[in-house]
Amino acid sequence: MATLELKSLRKTYLTEEIIKGISLSIEDREFVVFVGPSGCGKSTLLRMIAGLEDITSGDLLIDGQRVNDVEPGKRGLAMVFQSYALYPHMDVYKNMEFGLKLAGVPEKERSEKIQHVAATLQLEPYLHHKPGQLSGGQRQRVAIGRAIVRNPKVFLFDEPLSNLDAALRGQMRVELSALHRKLNATTIYVTHDQVEAMTMADKIVVLQKGVVEQIGSPLELYHHPRNLFVAKFIGSPPMNFFSAIFQNGGHDGSSVQLRDGTLLHVPVSPPDILPGTKITVGIRPEHVELAPASDDSGVVEVIERLGAITLVHVRCADGQIIVVQTDGFTTLEVDTPVSLKLPPQHCHLFAPDGLAFEACRRHPLAA
Amino acid sequence: MAIKTKRSTKIAVTCLGWGIALWLFFPIFWMILTGFKSEVQAVSTPPKLIFAPTLSSYAEVFERASYWHFTFNTVIISVGATVGALLLAIPAAYSMAFMPSKRTRGTLLWMLSTRMLPPVGVLVPIYLLARSTHLLDTCTGLAIVNMLTNLPIIVWMLFTFFREVPAPILEAGRMDGATRWQEMTMVLLPLALPGIASTALLSLILCWNEAFWSLNLTSSNAAPLTAFIASFSSPEGLFFGKLSAASTLAVAPILVLGWISQKQLVRGLTFGAVK
Amino acid sequence: MQAVLEHSAPKGASERKGKRTGLLLLSPAVLILLVWSLVPLAMTLWYSLINYNLIDPTLHGFAGFSNYWYLLTDPDFLYSLLHTVILVVGVLIISVGGGTLLAILYDQEFFGRGIARVLVISPFFVMPTVSALLWKNLMLHPIYGVYSAMMRAVGLTPIDWLARFPLLTVMMIVSWEWLPFAVLILLTAVQSLDSEQKEAARMDGAGPIAQFRHIILPHLSRAISVVVMIETIYLLTIFAEISVTTAGGPGVASTNLAYLIYSRALLQFDVGGASAGGVLAIIIANVAAMFLVRSVARNLEV
Ligand SMILES: Nc1ncnc2c1ncn2[C@@H]1O[C@H](COP(=O)(O)OP(=O)(O)OP(=O)(O)O)[C@@H](O)[C@H]1O
Ligand SMILES: [Mg+2]
Repeated sequence: MATLELKSLRKTYLTEEIIKGISLSIEDREFVVFVGPSGCGKSTLLRMIAGLEDITSGDLLIDGQRVNDVEPGKRGLAMVFQSYALYPHMDVYKNMEFGLKLAGVPEKERSEKIQHVAATLQLEPYLHHKPGQLSGGQRQRVAIGRAIVRNPKVFLFDEPLSNLDAALRGQMRVELSALHRKLNATTIYVTHDQVEAMTMADKIVVLQKGVVEQIGSPLELYHHPRNLFVAKFIGSPPMNFFSAIFQNGGHDGSSVQLRDGTLLHVPVSPPDILPGTKITVGIRPEHVELAPASDDSGVVEVIERLGAITLVHVRCADGQIIVVQTDGFTTLEVDTPVSLKLPPQHCHLFAPDGLAFEACRRHPLAA
Repeated sequence: MAIKTKRSTKIAVTCLGWGIALWLFFPIFWMILTGFKSEVQAVSTPPKLIFAPTLSSYAEVFERASYWHFTFNTVIISVGATVGALLLAIPAAYSMAFMPSKRTRGTLLWMLSTRMLPPVGVLVPIYLLARSTHLLDTCTGLAIVNMLTNLPIIVWMLFTFFREVPAPILEAGRMDGATRWQEMTMVLLPLALPGIASTALLSLILCWNEAFWSLNLTSSNAAPLTAFIASFSSPEGLFFGKLSAASTLAVAPILVLGWISQKQLVRGLTFGAVK
Repeated sequence: MQAVLEHSAPKGASERKGKRTGLLLLSPAVLILLVWSLVPLAMTLWYSLINYNLIDPTLHGFAGFSNYWYLLTDPDFLYSLLHTVILVVGVLIISVGGGTLLAILYDQEFFGRGIARVLVISPFFVMPTVSALLWKNLMLHPIYGVYSAMMRAVGLTPIDWLARFPLLTVMMIVSWEWLPFAVLILLTAVQSLDSEQKEAARMDGAGPIAQFRHIILPHLSRAISVVVMIETIYLLTIFAEISVTTAGGPGVASTNLAYLIYSRALLQFDVGGASAGGVLAIIIANVAAMFLVRSVARNLEV
């Protein structure tokens, strides 16, 4: 049982404010992922929760207790570092034992716990190896094991997989998900990686420059990004954007005019803006439809064949490049003229201040 | 052609390298050699390179009970000063390496600048202070002075070594529930042990060879080896064989330590200026 | 410090606690160094202004600047000052110049390089009194010394080096001790030079001299500044070598400031005069230190 509550946390280094008032509550057993561009303060926020950075102002509550001034070791958390941070002078067994020993756990119990964790993580053959003798993946497992044996209330991960190669990262990702299901412990996980965020999270927190841009389930962020930043950040390849003029709108949708004159009726309700306002239209590459050219609306410029899917970069008449995702069997070739179709139900509209128009109907998976 | 010049430069480099090395080492070699001569052989002209070695000089040096007295003093003073300096320097270096503040850099430079204070400048007050506290001509007094003169360099060396320890490892210790003290003794010290050892070694070498305070603050009771050797400079002490034997004994431990640890020593001594 | 705290944003209790721990760990070393550097300094300053002779208690009272005046008009003092500068600069030139060349030499691959290196750096580990006696007696003794024998062997008259060229000979002995230190540090620096950088320079057509000037020397600058700093600290107070070989003589021909103060204080018991000399030595050292610490500080990332 562990819930976390962040109440307008702030962090100032010297004069620069890095974390600008973050409020967030994390439920018991929830897997929360922090994402955001490099330098946005993810690690800083995680370290504030861990107790490794002081909290300049605001409150941090674990299970309802204010822990701002509690030592890191006494908060009941365990952390897995990006660099693993194993104790190089201790073997795997001693690495896992260290925290238990400091906590005064009796020898026999320590040994049992470590054996159990080692079995779970397939570390048994390496218990008496030093970290220097292990591969990256094994070190990663030891770091996780060291966190697990202490049976913490909350797990903290700071980009734990970023030092692994792609194949191992995929494997560890699946293992971590399985582990989380098994341990059922509250987890906070920092990552750069879209796939990790989308596949593992119960809840994603998108951060930018020390503020929260949006909190929601992965599909909520995907289908209903709250603003331009989240729309750009979530999804790979990223969403296409172009400008348009807002015509009118109501509860059942909004009409916009694209630059080539096309009218779109998108099922989103407008905020309080005037007709004629310049707004932004966004659509994901997988939702744009290609049709053989009937006119000169676009020309294929680049084709990236990834096997299962194909990414087609189309240059429009006004010079803008739009990326379209199609199946792997398309026979399109470079320089072929094509026309694009934008299904209005998949379009997102963003007001000049960057905020998204409210969808008239929520996506069933992102309710 | 190219190969030929290469070979000839190689020969030149070898000759030059060995020639200079032998020339620079020659005095030490000669000292060791002379230690195995009798007093008569030692002053023969021209000097003999080949002779019947004898241990008579060593025997005489050892016979003088005072030799052991001086050696004992040197060991006590060097070890005492080194241990004391490490006890003060480790927490200071830890604080500067892992809890840096705006003033850390300034503090380090200030510490080094206190080392710039020439000992002669403060010879008189230190002498008088030592006399009034009855520390004159005691091992304790000399150890304290040695500890203080070496402290800045030791702090800086340790700081350099500590900074090579990745901070996340210490943070992992803190997450595991270690207090600051446990973090320092159970995580940092084992990791930085090679660095600490080479720092201690440098401090030992500096104390062992220290001459200014040793000659000025001691007379007989606490006189270390360096003062013992200096006593040979008086004309009546001029026995080349014994001088050489005693000198060899005095420098041998440090020379061997220095040979073994030269790489480690340098790493600390460059203050991080050389990676 | 108070001002700094007041200006910064409000801090959590734990932050203040963290700062306190840091300060607490730092303070023993800082405080003891503070005492060590300030108390004797203050005492020296005070003694330099009074009449104080250990064996002549009739001399007492405030002396004003007369100790300084007496010292500054004493030709011995000026000589000793000059000798100090000559020794420091001379040894620095020999050890840094020679050290750089030797570092490059011992960076080359050749047979038995490891052993040769060990031999070269050995003199650094020899205590000053031993090296002084070694040179004075075994090497340079006009009758029994090896060098004298060698000169006789080629038909020259041996020279009594310490009597004829006392300062130069002391400088040589000290250089013999400190050259290895420079080699030790500079060799490490040379070895840390990226060999790709040298190869790139060779591809650009740089000859050995151009490589030295444009690649090696700039790379060595930090290490050189460290060598200069540490050596200066020690060279400003060369004492044992002089005390053992020449006792400052003949006359004051090899007396430096350190030896002069020593002889005033502990041989002539003139505490006031010696202290005035001490104050001047401190001023000189601080001028040197200011430049050195600055240049080194620029070269070190703290
Ligand atoms: N000790 C510090 N002193 C001053 N500024 C710091 C300190 N640590 C971090 N910062 C600044 O805080 C900001 C956030 O850093 P943080 O490490 O939290 O970013 P991040 O989101 O984890 O980035 P990344 O994805 O690259 O790991 C950065 O701009 C960084 O420069
Ligand atoms: Mg980070």
